[in-house]
Amino acid sequence: MTATEPREKLVGQAIKRREDPRLVRGQGRYMDDIVLPGMAHVKILRSPLAHARIRNVDTARAAEAPGVLGVYTGADFADVNALPYAWQAAGVDNHVNTPRILAVDEVHWVGDPIAVVVAETPQQAADARDLIDLDLEALPAVVDAEATTHNGAPQLHENALNNIAFEWDCGDEAGVEGAIGDAAVRISQRIRNQRLIATPIETRGAIGQYDAGTDEYTFWLSSQAPHVHRLVMAAFVLGHPEEKIRVIAPDMGGAFGSKIFMYTEYPLVGLLAKQLGRPVKWIEEREEHALATAQGRDHVTDLDIAAEQDGTITGLRVTTWANLGAYLSTAAGGIPTTLYGRMVAGVYKIPNIHCKVYGTYTNTALVDAYRGAGRPEAAYVIERVVDLVAAELGMDPADVRRKNFIPTEAFPYDTGIGMLPYDSGDYPAALDKALDLIGYSDLRQQQADARANGKYLGIGFSSYVEVCGIAPTAWVTSEGWGAGLWESANVRVQLTGKVVVTTGSMPHGQGHETTFAQMVSDGLGVPYDDIIVEYGDTAGTPFGYGTYGSRSLAVGGTAIVQSVEKIRDKITKIAAHMLEVNEDEVDIDAGTAFVKGAPDRNVSFGDIAATAAVGAGLPEGVEPFLDATTYFDPPNCTFPFGTHIAVVEVEEDTGNVEIKRYVAIDDVGNVINPLIVDGQVHGGIVQGIGQALWEHGVYDDGGQLLSSTLMDYGIPKASWLPMMELDRTVTTTDVNPMGAKGAGEAGTIASTPAIVNAVMDALSPVGIKHLDMPLSAPRVWTAMQEAKEN
Amino acid sequence: MQVSMTVNGQERSGEVEPRTLLVHFLRENLGLTGTHIGCDTSQCGACTIHLNGKAVKSCTVLAVQANGADVTTIEGMAKDGELHPIQEGFWEEHGLQCGYCTPGMIMTTADLLKRNPNPTEAEIRHGIEGNLCRCTGYQHIVKSVQWAADKMAAQSGD
Amino acid sequence: MYPAAFDYHRPGSVEEVIQILSDNPEAKIIAGGHSLLPAMKLRLAAPGALVDLGGIDGLTGVAVNGSASIGAMTTYDDAMASDDLAASFAALHEAISHVGDIQVRNRGTIGGSAAHADPAADTTAALVAHGAEFVAQGPNGERTISADDFFVDLFMTALEPEEVLTKINLPAPADNTSSAYKKFAHPASGYPVCGVAAVVTRDGSGNVTAARVVATGSTLTPTRLAGVENAITGTAGDADAVEAAAANASEGVNEWAGDHYASSEYREHLTKVFAKRALNAALGND
Repeated sequence: MTATEPREKLVGQAIKRREDPRLVRGQGRYMDDIVLPGMAHVKILRSPLAHARIRNVDTARAAEAPGVLGVYTGADFADVNALPYAWQAAGVDNHVNTPRILAVDEVHWVGDPIAVVVAETPQQAADARDLIDLDLEALPAVVDAEATTHNGAPQLHENALNNIAFEWDCGDEAGVEGAIGDAAVRISQRIRNQRLIATPIETRGAIGQYDAGTDEYTFWLSSQAPHVHRLVMAAFVLGHPEEKIRVIAPDMGGAFGSKIFMYTEYPLVGLLAKQLGRPVKWIEEREEHALATAQGRDHVTDLDIAAEQDGTITGLRVTTWANLGAYLSTAAGGIPTTLYGRMVAGVYKIPNIHCKVYGTYTNTALVDAYRGAGRPEAAYVIERVVDLVAAELGMDPADVRRKNFIPTEAFPYDTGIGMLPYDSGDYPAALDKALDLIGYSDLRQQQADARANGKYLGIGFSSYVEVCGIAPTAWVTSEGWGAGLWESANVRVQLTGKVVVTTGSMPHGQGHETTFAQMVSDGLGVPYDDIIVEYGDTAGTPFGYGTYGSRSLAVGGTAIVQSVEKIRDKITKIAAHMLEVNEDEVDIDAGTAFVKGAPDRNVSFGDIAATAAVGAGLPEGVEPFLDATTYFDPPNCTFPFGTHIAVVEVEEDTGNVEIKRYVAIDDVGNVINPLIVDGQVHGGIVQGIGQALWEHGVYDDGGQLLSSTLMDYGIPKASWLPMMELDRTVTTTDVNPMGAKGAGEAGTIASTPAIVNAVMDALSPVGIKHLDMPLSAPRVWTAMQEAKEN
Repeated sequence: MQVSMTVNGQERSGEVEPRTLLVHFLRENLGLTGTHIGCDTSQCGACTIHLNGKAVKSCTVLAVQANGADVTTIEGMAKDGELHPIQEGFWEEHGLQCGYCTPGMIMTTADLLKRNPNPTEAEIRHGIEGNLCRCTGYQHIVKSVQWAADKMAAQSGD
Repeated sequence: MYPAAFDYHRPGSVEEVIQILSDNPEAKIIAGGHSLLPAMKLRLAAPGALVDLGGIDGLTGVAVNGSASIGAMTTYDDAMASDDLAASFAALHEAISHVGDIQVRNRGTIGGSAAHADPAADTTAALVAHGAEFVAQGPNGERTISADDFFVDLFMTALEPEEVLTKINLPAPADNTSSAYKKFAHPASGYPVCGVAAVVTRDGSGNVTAARVVATGSTLTPTRLAGVENAITGTAGDADAVEAAAANASEGVNEWAGDHYASSEYREHLTKVFAKRALNAALGND
């Protein structure tokens, strides 16, 4: 290839992942694969009761057990701060209660840590844990998000009257009141968005190591945000200098939000390591994951809808009780407010919206972000609203959507409920493409035929929008987030010509090593294989906020692009000097810098890198080395959107829901690697289907978790799913230079309402308008019996 | 107790407690950490290995029960540095994201394709029911298995 | 998680097993381990000793010659490979194919599952439907326990503590006998929320002369649905007769299983649905 032949761009190509060769060989290095010399093992004794006073914890028998190095209770850590609460519900009082390392005096949920055993082996630690004698005085418990606020409900915390952590609202209360008063059509409905358990296949874990000589802690954590974990540990929990704490996030077997947060076990392993003078490892058991890792969703919502006879929605009142569990988790305040309340307009132009949210304490596991975080709950609300209107008026749900869509020419669009303006969108285009792909008119005919044969076939829509790339720091701080959300990247070119990219993002399955290398390869014109992407260690990467909220490309990727630009500028300067021409005469492509119009006059990228790295022969005033760091804080979030359509059949005899077809049209802006984006969409859709049909974190009235193993908690299996049919529309954004919006959560946000709407459509002949998730076979069958009896 | 078994073609032995699970013996005594643990109830399949040529969940076998057996783990799938066609298939078709379920998924696929070299989509989905993946939605896994079946058929036809 | 510590025995003969069990009341037998080990890992079970049957010759294999004899240590997978079993004892063969997944079937054993008597096992209903005889060896020698007597209660069989289940015999089916197993699986565990095995025999003119219809999952032990058996017997076994017979599934059943996933009312209903499906499949009705 000569310098004049433009190099084929890698961005936009379905390149297979560079992460995979080691992972398919079993050479990944996950938390439990890490073994340090002299390592001891931790098991945690958790409360078997949902609410109780701790009368006594007798550790004597456990301390005597073979291999035991130490047994500790809450009293041993009484001087360690409770965990911080980093995202407040904005603009209102937050009555804050956060977990302590180990409970003192009282426990508030089944899973609340009471005591910890450290032993030579995990088996010995588990044996000794069984020997701790607990004396607990049971107290009454409450588990329901709304019932917990009733008079007479058991109270969890002195500072939270009626178990309300905060009351927050957005929108125009009076406007909605008026709209409902004037409405030709009024609909009210209570809906529940059930509790979910994140269930990555790898549970959490933590290893702590302490070097007494340097007073330094090293932590290996299940972490989507290692820098944030270090910051929080230094500033709020351990009170230890940040530079003397290193956090490493090894390979992670899935997270889905659950590994963002600060957990008590993380500082605990450090404190134990210091105490014992040995590295200490804690690996979460599967049942512990269900009990003690932050869970998702759990809303009770009352809807009041105002509409006109033609399907125009004129007003929406949303009242939500968001179950936050026994204490506030790291981001608990922001999820049901900023990321939920401010998104309930969805893709629709609704003149009057008011959303009131009560964040409530209950005797259950803590609730925080779980894939989608607030946006799935919002999409579920508004997409059910549209279908309730369609059902009430006997209209086609596609028509009701189209009638209320935010017009394409209206972007950027402000929904009026405090969200940043939606950057760009073309909602009818996505709907049209989905209708086309599924063959909508034929499908409705098939449905009519099926119904005539006594079959329950249903078609369900979900036209969603979500907010991604959550960052603009001025905005998120005004929304109660206690830090920034910009992202960092350093790009440097080694003497050998290899390019090292370090990012504050924290990939764990999203394929950033591949996509980021594609981008840098195009940006610098260097071979893809010469680019190294590093992450996951606070000692080697610039401060960054991590990977969640579909932000890594839109925010972290932009930081890389901007660092690449800075390096290109410097390369141009150096090349111009070496070629003895002006900078504006130099072009860069295919690993060389050359004189425009005279490609034979060129210098290779390697020569420029070597020149820069050695530092001899540089133009005056130019520093040695090619190295650029960028901290990118975008001007806005991005707002991906799309329409999904599900076709389901409900079996009358059993209530079982079978998914016959699933079509997804997503608009995530420009795509760097379509193979990876498809994978993200597939996984997201199936996770959302899991909520719609099978998954349910069930507490009994006494606060016992009934779904604590994978025998009870049903995550999707391969055999229940059809081949999903995917396509895209592309509406770019000017929020970032790639025009990319984000893809990690879209599927989850879209699919849950699509499935539920399809099942409701299937059941409409028996007069069912709404059922709460999961739409399990027993629940559907029972509802059908009740409907037939009425 | 002393246990000995052939693991990936090599004689290996070690001292274990009777309660030591095969997966712990492989991971902790032999350092073969490619076999993962994801649940305690034999649902997730992350720990799948081959015991005497058949896929089993090594978290539900005692190491002492495998005394004298022939064991293959994910580390034994690639031969002479060359990926096994199933490993290749997962790479080609983006059949993994976080990679945690992948070794178990590959080991089950190997058993499945041995029984049924040309499975339908439904047979693949049914065949991997004992392996949970939370990342991919299984679609690219199904394609990975199909890719591997095609490649293995082509190889055996050579 | 890790099981609590235990002593491990791997005897070479059934006699030794019986001796160990007699000497050690805390000992439990381990076969494939697919029921016992998960319970031990969750520390719901903590036997002081395990007696592994894996070292004993002669406890595996399926022999079909009119009747069938299945070694207690035969894995599901090995049993599934028997075409003769599939031909003569289809309900059991289908039930086996529904157990767990490939990995579980490769390791789990038919005898282990029967002796464990999980109320939601697949194969137990089929064994009862085929009229299985359970052969147990104990300190006083060998005895045979009929299917109708074997499953006593949840996780409880007629086996004495020091007895070993060595094989399961299935009597030769009468001429014109056919069978099937149908199931509704729990989405998480894969166990039957309700499974029904049906074995029916017809005479030369196609009338049903005998039927054994057995539910699992929806009931606390594998339970014969006497109302269905009686109602289908003497009919032509057509779809209408099946429909009518299956409606009697509740007859004589005192207690239905129920939990937070599926109520007892739902399981009772499913039993009718799956009795119908199993009978239709066994009788060849579309």
